[in-house]
Amino acid sequence: MTTQTLDALDRLESEAIHIFREVAGEFDRPVILFSGGKDSTVLLHLAVKAFWPAPVPFPLLHVDTGHNLDEVIEFRDRTVERYGLRLVVASVQDFIDDGRLEERPDGTRNPLQTVPLLDSITSNKFDAVFGGGRRDEERARAKERIFSLRNSFGQWEPRRQRPELWNLYNGRHRAGEHVRVFPLSNWTELDVWRYIQRENIDLPSIYYAHQREVFQRDGMWLTAGPWFGPNADETVEELTVRYRTVGDGSCTGAIRSDAADIEAVIAEVSASRLTERGATRADDRLSEAAMEDRKREGYF
Amino acid sequence: MSDLLRLATAGSVDDGKSTLVGRLLYDTKSVLADTLDAVHRASVDKGLSTPDLSLLVDGLRSEREQGITIDVAYRYFATPKRSFVLADTPGHVQYTRNTVTGASTAQLAVLLVDARKGVLEQTRRHAAVLALLGVPQLVLAVNKIDLVDYDEGIFEVIAKEFTDHATALGYPIGSVLSIPVSALVGDNVVDRSAHTPWYSGPTLLEHLENVPVEPDPHHVPFRFPVQYVIRTNTAEHTDYRGYAGLVAAGTVTKGDEIVVLPAGLRTTVARIDTHDGELDEAEAGRSVTLVLADEIDISRGDLIAAAVDAPAVTDEFDATLAWLSEKALKPGARVLVKHGASTVQAIVADLHARFDEQKLSTVATPDALQLNEIGQVTIRTAEPLPVDDYSVNRRTGAFLVIDAADGSTLAAGLVGAGLSALETDPSCTGGGNAAVSPGP
Repeated sequence: MTTQTLDALDRLESEAIHIFREVAGEFDRPVILFSGGKDSTVLLHLAVKAFWPAPVPFPLLHVDTGHNLDEVIEFRDRTVERYGLRLVVASVQDFIDDGRLEERPDGTRNPLQTVPLLDSITSNKFDAVFGGGRRDEERARAKERIFSLRNSFGQWEPRRQRPELWNLYNGRHRAGEHVRVFPLSNWTELDVWRYIQRENIDLPSIYYAHQREVFQRDGMWLTAGPWFGPNADETVEELTVRYRTVGDGSCTGAIRSDAADIEAVIAEVSASRLTERGATRADDRLSEAAMEDRKREGYF
Repeated sequence: MSDLLRLATAGSVDDGKSTLVGRLLYDTKSVLADTLDAVHRASVDKGLSTPDLSLLVDGLRSEREQGITIDVAYRYFATPKRSFVLADTPGHVQYTRNTVTGASTAQLAVLLVDARKGVLEQTRRHAAVLALLGVPQLVLAVNKIDLVDYDEGIFEVIAKEFTDHATALGYPIGSVLSIPVSALVGDNVVDRSAHTPWYSGPTLLEHLENVPVEPDPHHVPFRFPVQYVIRTNTAEHTDYRGYAGLVAAGTVTKGDEIVVLPAGLRTTVARIDTHDGELDEAEAGRSVTLVLADEIDISRGDLIAAAVDAPAVTDEFDATLAWLSEKALKPGARVLVKHGASTVQAIVADLHARFDEQKLSTVATPDALQLNEIGQVTIRTAEPLPVDDYSVNRRTGAFLVIDAADGSTLAAGLVGAGLSALETDPSCTGGGNAAVSPGP
């Protein structure tokens, strides 16, 4: 038994736990968005801490683009099993198969996630949806509240956000509306990695350097595979790479890296001159306001 | 020393707040190459010869179109000494609303003035709001010092006027610092300027790194709003019942005698649990789960407090409201009050006074409180609440006023805090405000 003084990571952890407990106290049907990526894995770790020794009182929701790397799906299923949680899957493939969504000409499925996400929120009557979004990711995200009200169309209205005062969160909403909740709002990418190190959190293996068959497209290294390519004019090479974010395989790139363990990853992230999204997410390069526009549509 | 500092910016339009924040991020190398490339491209598109650093922070499409900041944004940067969470607040029309939002969690505020214009009414108004909200440290950044030829005399006049004003608001001398800066050029923001040899104080960043900030008050009594009751019955934890929350103030030690409010039942703390093991003691800011010695009925919304020095439990109290809604407040309005983890029905019974923004004085018994106005009220609640005075406790003295119909946040509420802190007009009775000092 010990007494400890709070450091910056302790404060971020305590704040996130506080947010989880507020939602559990005020909402009827919360759900945690879980992609198997590092942010949502940290999110789940914090939820486990918030309700220990009782189990996490929320299910997980995975919006599955159908173009995921095998390692990520394997990790997702292993994690669900480990914590004894319920997993809800919203499948982009189902929506394409029955004609509710149309495959894009560029093959990217990330923007297609919004419709299955909102459909799942509506049909399951989820009223609070936890996401691993951080304000340091992007300029539009810097404007996001921790409790972010979405209208009955799931839309974010940046000009009509509620002021957020002290640590008193207002979760009131009308029927049909829901609230997106971002417990990692005040974390930076480096905070997340340092926390993963401190808490010894298990991640999908693709976050660490490994040999992979990749090909280059638009300056990014994409995994060769049945959905992604290569096209006839693209050449597959076997390189040592790792991923900085987990997303749809068609638009999320790997980076050349020898960082095979957590210490090496932290050193690499500390020294990097590129943001994680700028380095590896094609969908954020589409326009100056790509993220803002997608959030307005209901994206997370 | 705390390794995390939460700060807010304040100031009026075109004082260069976004540029200053952009400069802080840029000069601390907190901006990565791809983000900077985007700013360079956008600056060239606008026909500029040097990068417009305000583009680093104005994140919304309409903000970039209009060249203004619409809403509070949060920025993150770090040096080897400290991490910073910065609430970047707009100075536009809705000033009080945004200043209140940014300042509610800030340990330090950076107020900007234009060296050519000096201390404006807006500056004094912002300082008054910061004092009211209990932001413990103030920095006056006298910006655009390059545009007055780095004139020491001009700086000294502005610094003195501001320091006198802040002192009248109750700020001790050591808690206010004025710095001559040029956000555009980079003078004294991160790097020391060769143009101001007469200035011997720290640069803005040096000050932010070294300013002593009590992370949380230790001398105040223990306060713990119960957020959630954790119950489980497993082989490992039979009939487990713990009360989860974040220590809002003070410290709790195993064995402490506590009182559960509003019921008033007393018992002792049997254990302080976390997922990482038991603690002997938990300080303010830490999320823990308390297990108590006796089985008593406790639910979300109750407050666990130190048995000696417990707060008053009352269904009627005076408060100051910063009104944040387009819907005006009329006396007699039925609202919801969220205090700690408790939300209760309430009536704003009386509207005693309104802060006059033009004269920086108060107006007695106004008809209504409009958007961005600050007023003094009496609140009656349907159920008794354990409240502390805001000037003593920034957590348990704060509350939200919520519209019961649409759920919107109507006001920021401060228990007991008087409007006298805002009366700084020299033509008013002098010296009467010194007793009000920024809270912990």
